[in-house]
Formats: sequence, structure tokens, C-alpha cells
Amino acid sequence: MIAQQLLNALFLGAVYALFALGYTLIFGVLDILNLAHAAVYMIAAFAGYSLVADGLPLPLAAVLAIVMAGVIGILLDRVAFAPLRQRNAGTLVPLISSIGVAIVIGAIARGIYGIDERHFVEGGLDATPIHLGPVTFTSVEALILGTAIGLMLALSYVLRATTLGRNIRAVAQDRIAAALLGVDIERTIAATFFISSALGGAAGILTGLEYNAVSLDMGAQIELKGLAVIVLGGMGSITGAVIGGFAIGIVETLAVAYGLSAWRDALTFGVMFVILVARPAGIFGARALRSA
Amino acid sequence: MNLGTFYAQHSRLIDEIGINALLALSLSVSLQAGQLALAQAAFAGIAAYVSAIASMQFGVPLPASIAVAILASALAAAALAYPVRRLRGIFLAIATIGFGEILRVVLNNLDVTGGAEGLSGIPNDVTTPIIYGALVLVAIVLAIVARTKFALAVALTREDENAARGVGVDVGSVRFASLVLGGAIAGLAGALYAHAFYFLAPTDFGFPRMEQILVWCVIGGVTSPIGGVLGAVFLSVLPEVIRPLADFREITNGLILLGVILFVPNGLSTLWAKRGS
Repeated sequence: MIAQQLLNALFLGAVYALFALGYTLIFGVLDILNLAHAAVYMIAAFAGYSLVADGLPLPLAAVLAIVMAGVIGILLDRVAFAPLRQRNAGTLVPLISSIGVAIVIGAIARGIYGIDERHFVEGGLDATPIHLGPVTFTSVEALILGTAIGLMLALSYVLRATTLGRNIRAVAQDRIAAALLGVDIERTIAATFFISSALGGAAGILTGLEYNAVSLDMGAQIELKGLAVIVLGGMGSITGAVIGGFAIGIVETLAVAYGLSAWRDALTFGVMFVILVARPAGIFGARALRSA
Repeated sequence: MNLGTFYAQHSRLIDEIGINALLALSLSVSLQAGQLALAQAAFAGIAAYVSAIASMQFGVPLPASIAVAILASALAAAALAYPVRRLRGIFLAIATIGFGEILRVVLNNLDVTGGAEGLSGIPNDVTTPIIYGALVLVAIVLAIVARTKFALAVALTREDENAARGVGVDVGSVRFASLVLGGAIAGLAGALYAHAFYFLAPTDFGFPRMEQILVWCVIGGVTSPIGGVLGAVFLSVLPEVIRPLADFREITNGLILLGVILFVPNGLSTLWAKRGS
């Protein structure tokens, strides 16, 4: 019973972590909260749905939709953040411009797809139940968890072992010093937005697969959960976002398992509030992006 | 078209604009002190439910139910102010958003609030003159406060908390007072909302509403309370003005918001000031 619950928590937490990684990357590098992240998550799920409906095989559709999400991320930066960055507009104004972009993306999705929920794959996915000792899960769930963990490892590799990753960490640490050392700041920020939004888009597609549903309001449900995750792990921390994602996944799964499903969200935000008040730097207390 | 038919057609919008302006004022009180505290929608929600329950279940007359509601939201603000006293900037914003989300779950789960279905049949006894009378009253109070030493302490706290401490400003008290005053004004708005629109649901006061209030204030300009009111009026009227665009209404709304924030980053109220100077 408990093993099964923990496994369920893993599936939920993996998607939370993936979504939150995109959030925390932008916060770590630019110190801004990107409130269009949830809109990218939603539109990528719809794009994946459309491509599958057009007859593309699922893996190809997913990859294309994720790349599209990344490109939207770059555009998002050019439209909503870059002009303000040049003016040193602080943190509040970019917050509002990202809300503006979120409204525009939402309106586009609504114009194309209407307000009805869609099945990601018509007729449902072929989900074979897998029994492994005391736990049971489906092949779809295994695919979701595997993909999420694969993407996290890939991100970790990029940040740790590539020139791009080194540049991202340098810009996060000190933008002016990085520029003096020859790092192309704007290019690095564009790449960061690509990665961030691609991860958000991947989380959207995996959520679409998990519930076999995509809807206009799917972003609203994860937007604030993502905040709870990055607060728990420490704002701007990569490792923190992963652990925070799984921690919130565990909290929510256990809440439901113990008959508290109506109070689940209060528990999540209660944890977030307590962490903020008691340990504003997160449970690990470090900005790990800058020291990864 | 004469004024009477104009009012008859748009009375709900006119009432909403007045209440939105009050909500914008309530947030601007916090922003004036440099505090990005985003619990205004939650404070309004607490007051709306308290005043609705007071009049529906206990037969409390309107003025008393509004007074009780304001007291409740001010107390909630005071209770929230203590634990978040060390948080600043985005951390304060997130903590106060969390407060709002917890409230939403509570409203969804209590019997007395009608759960997810909310409350309906609230005595519909708040009229347009009452709403705008309240707005004028709050504006006068804020204008009087703006002439006191307290306003100076607020401005100093916003610009530089350490410098403010250096010249003897009790920064903690300023932050506390601005949160509680903002909470009370949001409470007034919430109580009026409940009695003007007859129906309440937990989602009326969730994060999307809070986001809206913040957008009004920033679009209007955070340097003065006038900015918040200007932003609230502008963005409440805008969807109606562009109604003929039908399917393109929502996207136009978003694009105009983006345009204003990108090209007038200090807010609409600064356009005015520039022309004046």
C-alpha cells in the first residue's frame, strides 16, 4: 500500500519537478518570475495533441511540440522581457508583461481549440498494466517517469558539462562579470528561455498523456503548485526544484490517500507558507544554479 | 442615448468599476510602502463571505454587516502581517499568494460558506451611489493620510528601508499599518461586492482576481494611488469598448496590456505627469 502510494507520488512529482525546473531556471538567471510559463505548458500540450491527431507518431509529435515550446520561450523573452531588461525595469514590470503574454497565448489556444477539454490521444493510449512486486503501474506511467527523469539528467549534464551550461551559470552568478569575460549575455538568456520553456512544454505533454486530457485551464492548476515546488527547494536551485517536485508529489499523494483530497491544495500551500516564513532560502538553503 | 438608458444597460459594469477601483486602492496602499503583498483578493473574499453570512444568517443590517466584514479582513491582514514580517519582494508576494490559495480551499470546504457552490440570495441592497460614495470616502481618507508624517514614513520605507530606519522610521509598524489599512479597504470592496452582485463563489477571489488587481496597479502606475484607480477603470472598460471585435477581443486585450507595459513602463498615470510638467 505505502509502496504503491510512493510510486504514485513519483509519477506526480516528476511532472511537478519538470515544470518547476523551467520556472526556477528563469528565476535563477534573471531574478524574475515568468508567469507565462504555465501558458507555454498548456499550449505545448495542445500542440502535441494536434500533431498526434494529424497522424504523427507520438514520440515525433512530442519532440516537435517540445521544440515549439522552446521557440515560444525565445519569442516570449524577446517580446516581454528583453525590452524591459534593457531599461532595468526591475522585477515587478516583467511580471506584468509575462501575464500579458499568458493572456495572448491563452486567447490563441482558445481561438483554435475552443473551451472544451480534448483527449490527448483519441480512444486512449494503450496502457498495459505492469505488476512489479507489491506495486502496479501502466506502461504509460513508466514512459512518463522515464522521460521526465531523462530530461532532468539531460539538463543536469548541459548545466554541468557544456559551454552553454557554464555560460548560463556565469550569467546567473553575475551578469556584468560574465559579459566582461566574453559571454554573449543575450544569447545565453535566449538559450535559457528555450530550455526553460521546452521543459515546461514537456511537462504539459506528459500531463496530457497521464490523464489523456488537455484543456485551456490545465496551466492554472500547475502554475501555483510550481511556485510551491521552487520555494520548497530554494528559488533558483536546480536540485531543489527536483527534490521539491517529488516532495510536493509525496505530500499531495499522501493527502489523497488519507482521505484529505478536499484539503490537498491547502496542505501544499501551507507547506510552502511555512517554508517561506521559517526558511526563505528553501530547505537546502542555497542557490544551487550558481554553484552546480 | 440618454443617461438613464446608458445606466440601465451598463449598471453592472459601472458597479464593478467602482469596486475594482477600491480593490486597486487597497493594493496601492501596500505598494506605496514597497510591499508586494498579494493577498488583497483574499481579504476581499473574507469580507464578502463575512458580510453575506452576517446578513443572511443573522439578519444583520447592511451598515453593520459591512463594518463587521471590514473588521474581519483587517484582523486577517494583521494576522498575516506577523508571520511574513521578514519577507520582502517576490518572497512576500509568493507567501501572500499562498495565503490566498489556502483561503480558497477553506471556502471550498466549509458548510457555512456553501462549499464550491458558494452563496446565493445575498440581500441585494448595495446600489451604485453607495459604491461610489465608499470610493470617495476612501479617497478622502487616503488624501488626508497622504498629508501626514505617516505618508512620509511610508515613502521612505518604499525607497530604502535601511535609510528609513536610520532617520528613525519604525519600518515594522509602517509595513504592518499599510497591510492592515490595505486589508480593510479590500474588505470594504469585498462586502460591497457581496451585496451588489447577490452571489459569491470561492473562485471569485482566487489568484486570477489577484493577478488582475496587480495588473491594474502596475498599468496605472505604482507611484501613486491615482495610478491604481486609473488602471482599474482603463482595464475594466477596455473589454467593453473592444466588444465589437468579438473573437479577437481577448487577444486584443492581452496585446494592449503588453503594449502599455512595454511602452509606458511606469504606468498610465505618468503620461499625465509628463504632460503636466
